[in-house]
Amino acid sequence: MSEAAIKAEGLTRHYGERVALEDVSFELPAGSTLAVFGANGAGKTTLLRVLCTLLRPHDGGLQVLGHDLPREAHAVRGRIGLLGHDPLVYRDLTARENLSFTARLYGEPKQQIAQTVDAMLERVELDGRADEPVRNFSKGMLQRLAAARALLPEPELLLLDEPRANLDPGAALVLDPFIGPAADRTRVIVTHDVEYGLAQADLVLGLNLGRAEWFAPAAEVTSDQVRRLYK
Amino acid sequence: MTGRKPPGVFAAAATILRKDLRLELRTLETLTATLIFTTSTFVVFHFALSRDQLDGDLAAGVFWVTILFASALTINRLLANERSQGGYEALLLSPIDRNALLVAKVGFLFLALTVLEIFAFAAYTLLLLGPGLSTEMLALIPVCLLANLGLATIGTIVSALATDSNARELLVPLMTLPLFTPLLIAAAEATTPLLAIEPNVVDLGQWLGMMALYDAVFVLLASAIFEYIVED
Repeated sequence: MSEAAIKAEGLTRHYGERVALEDVSFELPAGSTLAVFGANGAGKTTLLRVLCTLLRPHDGGLQVLGHDLPREAHAVRGRIGLLGHDPLVYRDLTARENLSFTARLYGEPKQQIAQTVDAMLERVELDGRADEPVRNFSKGMLQRLAAARALLPEPELLLLDEPRANLDPGAALVLDPFIGPAADRTRVIVTHDVEYGLAQADLVLGLNLGRAEWFAPAAEVTSDQVRRLYK
Repeated sequence: MTGRKPPGVFAAAATILRKDLRLELRTLETLTATLIFTTSTFVVFHFALSRDQLDGDLAAGVFWVTILFASALTINRLLANERSQGGYEALLLSPIDRNALLVAKVGFLFLALTVLEIFAFAAYTLLLLGPGLSTEMLALIPVCLLANLGLATIGTIVSALATDSNARELLVPLMTLPLFTPLLIAAAEATTPLLAIEPNVVDLGQWLGMMALYDAVFVLLASAIFEYIVED
C-alpha cells in the first residue's frame, strides 16, 4: 500500500458546545478516493474544512500529505484544491482576472500566467465568457470556474463537496476528466449521490452526527448500507 | 502549473492590493460612501456650530473627527468585502504568508484614507476653513501620512477581528475609537497651529514623534498577531 495522503486519529471538532466531529479515524492512501456519506449535519463539510486547514481540529491527530495539522498547515496549503458549496471567486472580477489572481498567488511565473489561464478557461469551456464579470454567470458556469480555480495549481489532494451540484449533464462531462478518477489525484468526495460516490470511491466513510459509523473499502459497502445513514 | 514558488510577503501583498484597487475602481463602494459622508459631516458642522469659518484647534478637531468616522466606514467593509465578494477563503487556502494579507489591507486602507483626506481638505477649504491656503499647511502631509499608517494598521486588526461577527457594525466603532484616540489627539495637536489664522509650524516634532511611536507599536503588534486572528 502506498504512503497515506491523509491519516486521521480520533479527529474531533466542536462549534461552541455542539460537536461537529467526534473521534473520527481513517487513513487514505495517496492516489485513492474516499467518499464521505452522511445526512445533513453529520460533519461532512466540517471534515473537508479541517482537512484543507480552514478549521483547526480541537482534538486527535491529523496528518495531511505527510504534515501534522494544524502545526504544519503552511506546508500543505497550496497543495490542496477545494471545490465546495461556494465558488470562492470574486464576483466583480472576470473569470480571467480571477484565475490570473489565483495563478499569481500560487507562484506561477509571470510569463506563463496568460497561457496557463487561457488553457484552463478552454478546458472548462469558459473561454467565450472569460472577460465577463463573474456576477453574470449562471450557477453551472460558476461551478466550472470554481473547478478551474481549484485545479489551476494542480493540487495533489482534491477535496470535493457535491462537485456535480448545479451542473447540467453536459457540464458534468466537461469536468469529469479533471475531478473524476482520470484526474489521477488523491480525492475526498462528499456527496449525497450514493451511486456516484460508490462508483468513484476506493474507500467509504459513513458519518452520523459527527461520529464515524463505518469506514470500509467501497467494494464492501452496499448502497442500502449508505442509505441507512439518511434514515 | 510548473516552476511554481509561492510569492514572498510583499509580492503577494502587491497582488492582493492590485486586486483590491481594481475591485474598488470597478465598484467605487468605499470611495463614494466616504466622500459623501465627509461632505455631509462638514455641512452638519457648519450648521451645528453656527460658524461660517473655523480655525485653530476647532478646525483641527472637526477635520480629524470627520476623518476618523469616515475611516470607520471603510474599516467596517475592509475584510467583510473580501468575504462578500467571495474570495476570502481562497486567499486563506493559498500558500502565501498570512502577513501578505495584512500588508495588502493596510496598504489599501492607507491609500483610501490618503485619497479621502485630499478630497476632504479641498472640501473643508471651500466649506468651513477660515485661514487661506499657505505653505505652512504642507506640514499637514507628514501628519496625515503618520495618522493614516496608524489608522490603517489598527483598522486592519479590528476588521479582521470583527469580520466573522454578526455585530460587526457595532464592534468596529467600539473597538477602533478607543485605539484611535491617542492618534487623534496627536494629529489634532499637530494640526492646530497649521490651521490657525496665521499658520505656523511649532512643536510639530513631538507630535509626529508620538504618532510614529504609536504606529510602530501597532505595526509590530499586527505583524505578530495577524496570522492568529485570521486563523480559525
